[in-house]
Amino acid sequence: MDLKTLYRSVIMDHYKNPKNKGLINDESYLTVHLNNPTCGDDLVVQLLMNDHKIIDLKQQGKGCSICCASASIASELLKDKDIVEAKKIIQTFYDMLTGEHNIDKTILEDAIAFEGVGQFPARIKCATLAWKAYEKGLNPLEGEHHNE
Amino acid sequence: MIDVSKIRQQFPVYQKYPDIRFFDSAASSFTHQSVIDAMTNYMAFNGTNVHRGVYHLAAEATNAYENARNLVAEFINAKSDAVVFTKSTTHSINMAAKSLEHLFNPGDEIVISELEHHSNLLPWLELAKKMAVHVKFIPLKEGMITIENFKSVLSVKTRLVVTHHISNVMGYITPINEMIKLAHDVGALVFLDAAQSILHVKTDVSDLDVDMLAFSGHKSYGPNGIGVLYIKPKLMLQIPPAEFGGEMVDQVGIDKSTWKSGAYKFESGTPPIAEAIGLGKALEFISSVGIENIYAHEISLRNYCIEKLKDETGITIYNLKGETSIISFNINEVHPHDTASFLDQYGVAVRAGHHCNQLTMKYLKQDATVRASIAIYNSIEDCDVLIKAILETRDFFHNL
Repeated sequence: MDLKTLYRSVIMDHYKNPKNKGLINDESYLTVHLNNPTCGDDLVVQLLMNDHKIIDLKQQGKGCSICCASASIASELLKDKDIVEAKKIIQTFYDMLTGEHNIDKTILEDAIAFEGVGQFPARIKCATLAWKAYEKGLNPLEGEHHNE
Repeated sequence: MIDVSKIRQQFPVYQKYPDIRFFDSAASSFTHQSVIDAMTNYMAFNGTNVHRGVYHLAAEATNAYENARNLVAEFINAKSDAVVFTKSTTHSINMAAKSLEHLFNPGDEIVISELEHHSNLLPWLELAKKMAVHVKFIPLKEGMITIENFKSVLSVKTRLVVTHHISNVMGYITPINEMIKLAHDVGALVFLDAAQSILHVKTDVSDLDVDMLAFSGHKSYGPNGIGVLYIKPKLMLQIPPAEFGGEMVDQVGIDKSTWKSGAYKFESGTPPIAEAIGLGKALEFISSVGIENIYAHEISLRNYCIEKLKDETGITIYNLKGETSIISFNINEVHPHDTASFLDQYGVAVRAGHHCNQLTMKYLKQDATVRASIAIYNSIEDCDVLIKAILETRDFFHNL
């Protein structure tokens, strides 16, 4: 996959029309802040959980298109998933980027578009930042207002 | 006149990547063949420590290491024993800040600017916090330090002026000659970060009368892992070492120890010997080409790129008035990392990010920028590919 194809695909669509964008001032949401000081990507995600299930997600941040689009896609994909399913999806996303073969990519749905990022190693961190934030949110011990 | 094809034959990276368009020398430059040869020679056929053994090999290592010190001294027109080898510019600056600490009294002031690289900012801010010293920032004019604005923050309270010679983002040359004179007039010391300037403009510490100066090997066609801290001999006598250990000590006592004199006082432990030898060779190479010739080559390529880009729509250049090899820009509405990844598809290597310079980014009201920096081995063809890549990337994103 060349870079233009990668960007023309779903990435630019989500970058230009991000889903679940904008934070909510509601204490029942768990808030996680992650950034990558090297490149300046900076992201806040919020999760609303109920009975081990993700009811709602919000995301807002600034960064490159891969980072922002990834936050958008993940927010759609993880909605209405329980914690076990969500963690499996997140791990599968990481595995896809590092080139693991024995994975069920179908559970990633639109996020499969990011597979090509694996060919650009310097950008893998951009693609995974949001997923790491959501992952932290799924673990209450590490989650709240965590900076990395 | 620089013959780029001949120059490239002296940089082995081009044997492996003949088509690379390398515009990131302001971060780390390619390594000259003579540097690799000299370092390899020392590591393969010597590898012993300096200033310790009395056997033949050790004497040979010491000679090579001290010869490198002499080459650095000659390059910046200093006395050899004023040249301290460190591991990097950052290391040099941290050492300087530590050694200068006791010269400060509460209420003293440090004058600095938002254009400093984090390495020439954070050690001083930490010093200021510890010693209850005020930090005053020189107001910038169009991203530049002017003498008028420098004077506005300089006072009899100023104990130290900290500045870069060439900004790593804007590429402007700081008017250091006049600043140093003015600083000395009020009794302040001057620390100069020469990391970006050492291989572009002539640096003469004696003529400048600067008190301390730092630079490193990896931006000067030499290796990483080696830095230089020049300390004016008179100042060397007044300040303590920043680090302690083997070789820097004279007499060791449980209650009191005494230190060696000159540069040795500041070099504790085994130094980066191969790297120092490599740096010496890199500076010899720069001198052999002539720093004025290098500058003329770089500025002609910079002007060529600026002429081709300045009237293009959708591209913002942040340092149009730059006088050195750095071009800082963004393709409008495109994140610099996206731009840099696209340029990489053309074999064009640029830096994207905040360039370890978050205060300058705030000044520019940008989260990040793209930086193309030009060096001795860049050609007009490199510039053509750079320009084509920028314009096609702009077209791609702006037509999505």
